[in-house]
Amino acid sequence: MPLLPVTDERIMLKHGAGGRAMHRLIHDAVLGAFREDVETPGVIGLTALDDGAAIRIGDRWLVLTTDSHVIQPPFFPGGDIGRLAICGTVNDLAMMGATEILGLTCSVIIEEGFPRRDFDRILASMRAACLEAGATVVAGDTKVMGKGEIDGIVINTSGIGMTSHVITDRGLSAGDRIIVTGTLGDHGMAVMAMRHGLALDVTLVSDVAPINGLIRAAIDAEPGAITAMKDATRGGVAGVLHEMATKGHVGIVIDEAALPVRSETRGISELVGIDPLLVANEGKAVMAVRPDAAARVLTALRAHPLGADAAIVGICTADHLGMVVLDTGFGRRLVTEPDGELLPRIC
Amino acid sequence: MTPLEFRDPTRARELRQALDRVVSEIGRSPVAVMHVCGSHEQAIARFGLRAAFPKGLDVIMGPGCPVCVTDQPEIDEGVALARQGVRIATYGDMLRVPGTAGSLADAQAAGARIDVVYSVAQAVDLAHETDEEVVFFATGFETTAVATAAVIAAGVPVNFSVLSAHKYIPPVMEIVAEMPGTRVEGFLAAGHAATITGSRIFEPFVARHHLPVVVAGFEPLDILAALVKLTEMIRDGVAEVVNLFPRCVTPDGNRHAQELLWRVFQPIGGRWRGIAHVPNGNLRLRDEWAHVDARQRFRIDVAALWNGAPSTLVRQCICGNIMSGIASPHDCALFGNACVPDAPVGACMVSSEGTCRIWHEYGGIPELGEPTCRFCQ
Amino acid sequence: MCLGVPGLVVECDELSALVDFWGVRRRVRLDLADEPVAPGDYVLNHVGFVIRRIPAADVQTTLAMYEELVKANTGSGPVDLMAADVLGEIEAGRAGRAGGTGQ
Repeated sequence: MPLLPVTDERIMLKHGAGGRAMHRLIHDAVLGAFREDVETPGVIGLTALDDGAAIRIGDRWLVLTTDSHVIQPPFFPGGDIGRLAICGTVNDLAMMGATEILGLTCSVIIEEGFPRRDFDRILASMRAACLEAGATVVAGDTKVMGKGEIDGIVINTSGIGMTSHVITDRGLSAGDRIIVTGTLGDHGMAVMAMRHGLALDVTLVSDVAPINGLIRAAIDAEPGAITAMKDATRGGVAGVLHEMATKGHVGIVIDEAALPVRSETRGISELVGIDPLLVANEGKAVMAVRPDAAARVLTALRAHPLGADAAIVGICTADHLGMVVLDTGFGRRLVTEPDGELLPRIC
Repeated sequence: MTPLEFRDPTRARELRQALDRVVSEIGRSPVAVMHVCGSHEQAIARFGLRAAFPKGLDVIMGPGCPVCVTDQPEIDEGVALARQGVRIATYGDMLRVPGTAGSLADAQAAGARIDVVYSVAQAVDLAHETDEEVVFFATGFETTAVATAAVIAAGVPVNFSVLSAHKYIPPVMEIVAEMPGTRVEGFLAAGHAATITGSRIFEPFVARHHLPVVVAGFEPLDILAALVKLTEMIRDGVAEVVNLFPRCVTPDGNRHAQELLWRVFQPIGGRWRGIAHVPNGNLRLRDEWAHVDARQRFRIDVAALWNGAPSTLVRQCICGNIMSGIASPHDCALFGNACVPDAPVGACMVSSEGTCRIWHEYGGIPELGEPTCRFCQ
Repeated sequence: MCLGVPGLVVECDELSALVDFWGVRRRVRLDLADEPVAPGDYVLNHVGFVIRRIPAADVQTTLAMYEELVKANTGSGPVDLMAADVLGEIEAGRAGRAGGTGQ
């Protein structure tokens, strides 16, 4: 039992970083505020803390999600905040099984003095991402705050889709294979390298992309074979695996040598001492797949342009429930739980 | 050359088998050896080596995490300066270490200007780009201190100064070797520090204490091979310095870097967090560099931070014993409940190289089963 | 004790070198280098400074030492690891670092 209540007097950066601190804040504060006393039937809601909410309508489910984007800098190698906003919401819907997007909203809050040229560029980027995803922005809002009152631009996007079969993040069973849809850590490493001025001569590029088409291909290859799925944004693949293991009451073992990592990403991760498993992705999903269907799902993913590097990287077990174990090839250890903002480690 | 040569799983397996055999030949159990380097602990944890060491071998982490041994008053100096409005540049590792009254991160949340850098040279660049004062909070052992010495010797802008909390490792090995209750029968020496200081520096220690020392690198093969050599010497009753990192370490080390180090810094005695006094364990700027010494340039008001005795929790913290290898994290009443990475009490939980942090994150010495061959195609 | 990382010198002048680490390039300072470095050399980098020029031959020496430790303590020698193979990899690494191995 803790000797001191672990409540923080101030909201810190770690509370937004996708790790333990954020989960605690959400659990204590947000769920506490909005929890319903009685669970509504036919609703997968806030308590599930899944990538989106799902509301049954007849024999189908309406899926609904929202996201705010505050990334600095707004333009980064491989994308920008606009592309990130659209893809983030499209992908959250896809993670629930809703790969056809009914509509998106876009609210922006802009700092006074933000260049009009940059705003137009961001909007154009959002439009392009919508076209890739087959989605449309149907509603929005625009606000301006005074100089210094907000950092550049903040974008909130919401999205709705429909599906006949909801995929949660907790349906795993022992024996299910863990598949990642591509290389790990590209987005987070690219942004971190830029933010900390790591003076690289090789540019790391974000993987930000709408993957609803990719997921549709996986679902169609073997309907019902995906037992759990999440996209590995803040907190990285490690965060997703921990959530899945905990919610699904399974253990997970990952084969480190099987993890797909680009050599540039691996290079920078070695240099700054940050594990690619902990780093954010913006175009990658982690899925648990029934063992008999894993090979077919993998083939379908690899046939899609965004899934060329998909790989089976692990397995669910009935041992070490709730724990994620990494087989390093030299031994085994637990995968760290993401915790707070990742800082380059030098010493 | 890529380090991949030194990550070959086949060779690693052979070295593990050799280690199993030597440790069983020693005939008593457990045998305890110590390393004094945070990066060794990181490597052991990262590669899951602890799960692979023989059961009869305890590889203890000593006071080799420079973040963990930076004493609270030193952190308080940095925090006080930050709260006084001075811009501080620091390595990321130090950002969240709690002093007596909060960390640099806490000061940052309260409005202080803190910049995280990965090189002291970057802090100097910051000072070039602005008119305001920039203080570099200099932490780390001699491997890192030489970089600070290099930039100071090369000349820095007038608005740049250094708050030195650098430490020097060799003196603390003496302290650990002489600690009552110590079970340590041999040491792994840090390969990167020895790149600077040379392997010969351990010869007086070995002669005095009759304990073998192996200078080791940081890849899985390096660590396993070093443990084989070390346990061989323990088995045979031999006490020598053996350099198993010749690609980076020579007997005399990097003379040029040593000259720079001692030109700029002098060793003085000081407290290491949890270890009390270490003679010659701290590095401070020599008098001729007073003009870049933040302690000379600023009046640092630490008293303003202190408003009472340390909290109850701090009194229960046993980081010192953990760092000396006398206790393990599981012996600590606070470990895993009141002291966790989100809310650390002691430095061992804050630093990415701290024993408690590593145990908490990686699972200590978990029973996770044997490593398997590839099961994923 | 921290994060010393080996890399390959791509180009250099008196003050600094452009070094390739795992396919990623960074400029590091030469103030602390123990010997002059030249393109094609391997160096150990720590917090943005070269602290050691790594002679390529020492890699092979070290691996041979490790083989000896294995031989001394398991009775039979390790599977023939073909020293020439190792040297070949080193040479290939020096000649061109296109693409990286990804692992």
